[in-house]
Order: sequence, then structure tokens, then C-alpha cells
Amino acid sequence: MEMINIKIDGLDVSVPKSATILQAARQLQIEIPTLCYMKGLNEVGSCRICVVEVEGWRGLHPACVTKVSEGLSVKTSSSTVRESRKNILELIMANHDRECLSCPRNQNCELQKLCNEMGVEAVPYEKRADRGTIDKSSYIVRDPGKCVLCGRCAAVCSDIQNVGVINYAHRGAHTSVTTPYGDSLSEHSCINCGQCIKICPVGALQERDDTGKVWNAVEDNELHVVVQTAPAVRVALGEEFGMQPGTDVEGKMVTALKRLGFDRVFDTNFSADLTIMEEGTELLNRLNNGGRLPLITSCSPGWIKFCEHNYHDFIDNLSSCKSPQQMFGAVAKSYYAHKAGIDAKKVFVVSVMPCTAKKFEADREELKVDGLRDVDAVITTRELAKMIKQSGIQFAELPDSGFDSLMGVSTGAGAIFGNTGGVMEAALRTVADLLTAKDLNDIEYTSVRGMEGIREANVVINGMDLRVAVVNGTANASKLLDKIRSGEAAYHFIEVMACPGGCVNGGGQPIIMDKSAAEEVKRMRIEGIYGIDRDRELRKSHKNPEIKEMYEEYMDNPGSHKAHQLLHTHYVKR
Amino acid sequence: MEKVREVLSRYGNQKESLIQIMLELQQLSGNNYLPAEWVAAVSEALQMPLSKVYGVITFYAMFNTSPKGKFIVEVCKSGPCHVSGAENVLCMLEEELGIKAGETTCDGIFTLQLSSCFGACDIAPAIKVGESVYGNLTREKLKDIIVSYREGLKYAKC
Repeated sequence: MEMINIKIDGLDVSVPKSATILQAARQLQIEIPTLCYMKGLNEVGSCRICVVEVEGWRGLHPACVTKVSEGLSVKTSSSTVRESRKNILELIMANHDRECLSCPRNQNCELQKLCNEMGVEAVPYEKRADRGTIDKSSYIVRDPGKCVLCGRCAAVCSDIQNVGVINYAHRGAHTSVTTPYGDSLSEHSCINCGQCIKICPVGALQERDDTGKVWNAVEDNELHVVVQTAPAVRVALGEEFGMQPGTDVEGKMVTALKRLGFDRVFDTNFSADLTIMEEGTELLNRLNNGGRLPLITSCSPGWIKFCEHNYHDFIDNLSSCKSPQQMFGAVAKSYYAHKAGIDAKKVFVVSVMPCTAKKFEADREELKVDGLRDVDAVITTRELAKMIKQSGIQFAELPDSGFDSLMGVSTGAGAIFGNTGGVMEAALRTVADLLTAKDLNDIEYTSVRGMEGIREANVVINGMDLRVAVVNGTANASKLLDKIRSGEAAYHFIEVMACPGGCVNGGGQPIIMDKSAAEEVKRMRIEGIYGIDRDRELRKSHKNPEIKEMYEEYMDNPGSHKAHQLLHTHYVKR
Repeated sequence: MEKVREVLSRYGNQKESLIQIMLELQQLSGNNYLPAEWVAAVSEALQMPLSKVYGVITFYAMFNTSPKGKFIVEVCKSGPCHVSGAENVLCMLEEELGIKAGETTCDGIFTLQLSSCFGACDIAPAIKVGESVYGNLTREKLKDIIVSYREGLKYAKC
């Protein structure tokens, strides 16, 4: 690699020829502030916060897109630079709805942080742009009045997710980041993944707030409110209370939910095990009876909607299994209500999910049994944290509690549903046992683990050669499906999760303020999940005693008529 | 939609031709605008996200997303025209057409709007009607131009 010598703030540094001034400065631990910059995704130099002075060059230059050259001498914090940055922030602030105290991103906002650091004390300019009013018509709420036009959401939507439902429109002072014709996101092919929320530096994008609905249910004495918690929530919730990413706070979370007033606290990990029973059976059926292959997982509602919009020819490949969230709701209002002697109509199911698309999924017309919705309200990890804070619970000090029984026991296989590769591995553990009729010890399918966007593996089970693939991020799903369409690739079984890294990095997870640490946080959350798996005595879904009990007492076998009635669904072309 | 398909296939569904395609379609619309269904059809045919196509057509002032008059009358607002009396030209047109800049006559024939320089400084003050440029304008000349378009339309109708 050709190296170049430059000077930054008087310090000599040798950097690769292809480096930008920003990268070179970071090598020296000199932090140049950025706002629109997102490494590898949005390197456009549009916000100008990162401007620096270069000796002998006229004007100021954005460090994020200016390449180094031999002998360059850069000043990253001269008074000209500092004044300019402050001025740029004042201009951004002029058009920003400054409702900081009532903003969901208060104290968690990159713009607020920058203004604080750069010493912005007043905004001397008048507001010029009218970017429109808040749109609460979808699961993702857009507040264009807070938008700073960094374009990060548009980049993630089109480049990482291949959805492209928001983009820049209009020009000059009228520029906005918007949907076509300013329509509701619901009218277009938005998959509700919420990756835009996670990447937004300010409060211009948020999930629909459903905490009010949950508070009302909890306080309604007529209702029996049960809550389920998704696998990825417990390794991220602690971050909202100052803990390390990946810390398993399952016990504290259960205690907090009980204190919040839920009548029963159950686990989505339980219904993840249930999903494996049904999906494993479906895979074996398709393999043995010449069914449609590859079988593609259906746990991720963002992915499902993506497929329904863009890949009609793959709809029959989708597993007919409902997602763990919906399976849970269906059995809570049938099996559980029956066992507990409660009128199913009075059971109110709340889900705590790392995901914003789960809100949409819960509202899907077909996801109900006998006229009862499987799930009544969905809140994200962030919303749960908000409820805990509102109720004055000192989360970090809480003692641990266990989930309630009947639907509270889970295996390591259920736990790993929370990250990319987990559903695949959980399914393989069960399918391998079923095919060999043995209790196999070799259960760690490391070939399907990892963080790469597309992973392929050959798994040999009982002489059967299974070709599998694991995909995360819907743009990667597009790549893989296009290859299958063209005949370049063929598989038996594919796992797709809409979010990069899987549910641990879902659109409803705690916001990672320091975006340069995002990959590391994702890795730590995944590590936390594999840790839970390793520590579980039972690590295969079909070993879950509560699952066995439920089938015996209520549903016969996986794939039975009753199971189909409760646990399976269909999809639509959009 | 037949017209849209014809234009698209003539350009071989090339992304690079988006602007030319849109210009032709706007002409074909009869009301100088791009109907939303047409825009959606172009986005699908060129395999470009609708949000991106919408971004392009709202960026350029020459594209309209809502119906305009059959003829767009543009008054140059740049320096040379300004000093040669563009302000008066605008007033005269507003009087003649009975509308303000940015509006469309109720018969749907004319839309009056301001424009940046279109390079007719030598004959300032200048206006554009559709693709035709007129300069060295007087009240009489303006009247004649407007009348000629109205008349021409009658002609075209029979």
C-alpha cells in the first residue's frame, strides 16, 4: 500500500494514499466532528461540519471526502475552523424545530451534542425552510421539521435495505428528505424495518409510540395482560441504563415487567422453540415430499413485506409458519387461556420487540384466530426502557426473577433467534436429531454464524447434503434471490433477517450514539446471545419440556390440523 | 399508458435517459405535467426507486407534478431582462391573462411563471412560450403573441 506523509495540527502521520483527512486525523486520535458522514454508506460531504483548513488551499474543506496528498498540512481546530463549524450548526439549527425538551431523542441527539461541544448558545438566523408537518400515519413517524438533510436515512433505505422509499426531493431552501409526493410511508413499499430511525442523528424519525396503549391495558382490571419478550431485547435493554452492550439482563427485565403490572411475563424464546418445531417439520416435509425449495424463513416481518413487494415469485418459498411473536399470541389466547381458565377475549397480549416492523406484523389482517388478534400491542426495546424510566424503577438495582411457567421455558436454540444465523442453527439442531433419530452432541453450526451479509454452507446430516444460506439486510436478500432466479445458486433452506446483524440490530433497539462503535455494539450483543445459548442446559427446541407438554395436551404433533389453525399463515402480493 | 410505453421503449428503458423521457412525457400530457401514474410506470420500467425519480422531477424547475396550462409562459427574471423592463412585461402579461405569476388561466390554456436566464439577453426583455423565445417586447407584441396561441389552439381543435 502506498503511504503518504502529512501533517495534522503539527503532528506527522503516515497514512495510505487512499485515506481521507478524516481517517488520517482519527489515526492520530484527533476527532473531527461529523454529522452526515457514515463510513462506507454516506460519504457525501453535505453537512460541512467536518471542515478543516489546508495550508495553501483556498477556503475550508470537508475532511470526510477530501483525500490526502503528499506534504499536506492540515489544521483541524483553528479559530476559522471553529467559527465556521459553529456557524454551520447555527444555520442547521435555524431550520430545525428546536423542541429538544419534548423530543424523543433529547440527550440522545447528535445535533444537540455537536451544538453543546461547539458552543452554540443562540440561533441568530430565522427559519427559512418549511419542510412540512409530522406524519404519524405509519409505524415509522416522520418529523420533517426536525430533519437536518444529512441523507443518512435515505442511504440506509436504498443501499443497505434496497427499499429506497425516502430520498431527497425539491431543491435549495425547499430541499427535503421525503417519500414520493410526501405520501405516508404506508402507501409505499416501506418495510417498517426502522433502520432509518437508528441512523437518524436527530428526532426526525421515530417508531409509533404504543406505550400509552400498554399502560391503559395494564391498568384495566378487566384485562389479563400477558407480555412476551423477544430474544434480542435482553442483550440490549441494559444499554438504556448504562450497562455494557450484550449484558444479559433477562432476570432484571422480568422483574421490571412484573413491577410494571403485567399479569404474566412469558418469553418469545419459548415460541421461538415452537417455531422450530413447526418450521423444522415443514422443512422435512418439503424435502421428503418434493415440496417447493428453498424453504425461506418467515420470522422477520420486514423481510416478509419486502418479499411481498418485490419478489412475488418467492412467496411460495416462504415458510407458512407465523413468526414467534404471532405464534406466542395465538397460543396465549388458546392454550394458555384454556389452561388458566381465562376467557380468551380478556387476554391482552403485549410484545416487547427489538423491531419496529413487528408493530406492522401485529396489525396484519390475517394474523388472528377466531376473530381475535394474536398480538394486541407491540413496544420496542426503547419504549420498554421509557416505561421503566417513567415508573421510577431503578433498573440496574433490580433483583432477578424468572419467567412465569407454561410459556416461559426456552432452550438455547430459542435464544439465538435474536441474531443472524440463529434461526438456521436452531432449525439444524432439531432437524439433525429428527433425521438421525439421535440426541446429537455436535450442535454448534459455526459455519452459519458470523456477521457477513450473505453466508453459505453445506451441512451433511445423516448422509443428506443440505445446502443452506443465511442473509441479513434486505439488499443482501435481493442479491441472493436474484442469483437463485438466474440459476446461479440453489439452496434447500435460507434464513433471512431484514436487519443487518439480525434482530440484535433491529430498528427498535437502543440508539447507538457513537456510530463508529456500531459494529462493535452489534458484535457484543450477538456475543451476549451466544453466551445465553452456551449457558442453557437445553439447547435444542424439541427438548423444551413446556413445548412437549403443549403438543401432548393441546396440539398433537407439529404440523397437525390444530397447529396449522393456530401457528401458520399466508402471504399477499403487494 | 400506451404513450408512456412507446417513449420508454424508444429509449430502451435506459436509466440515463430519465430526463429526456420525462421531458417527452410532459409534452405528451397536454397539460405540461407528469401524472403520478406515469411517473410510477417510468420508475418501474427503469428499475429506479420512485423516491429517486420523484427527487429528480422535483429538483428541476421544468418538471411539474400537477397539471399546468397548455402553454407555459415564462418571463425571464435575470439581470439583463430586469434592466430592460421585465417587470413591466410581467405586469402586462398578468393583465392580459388575468392571472398572477405561478397561476394558470381558468380555461387551462396558459400558466405564467418566472424563469432564470434562457440566453436571450440580446433581445431582452424576453419570454418563452413552450420552446419558442420572443424578445424586444412591447405591449402590442405581447398581445399578439398571446392571441396567436389562443387562435392556434382554436385551429388545432377543428
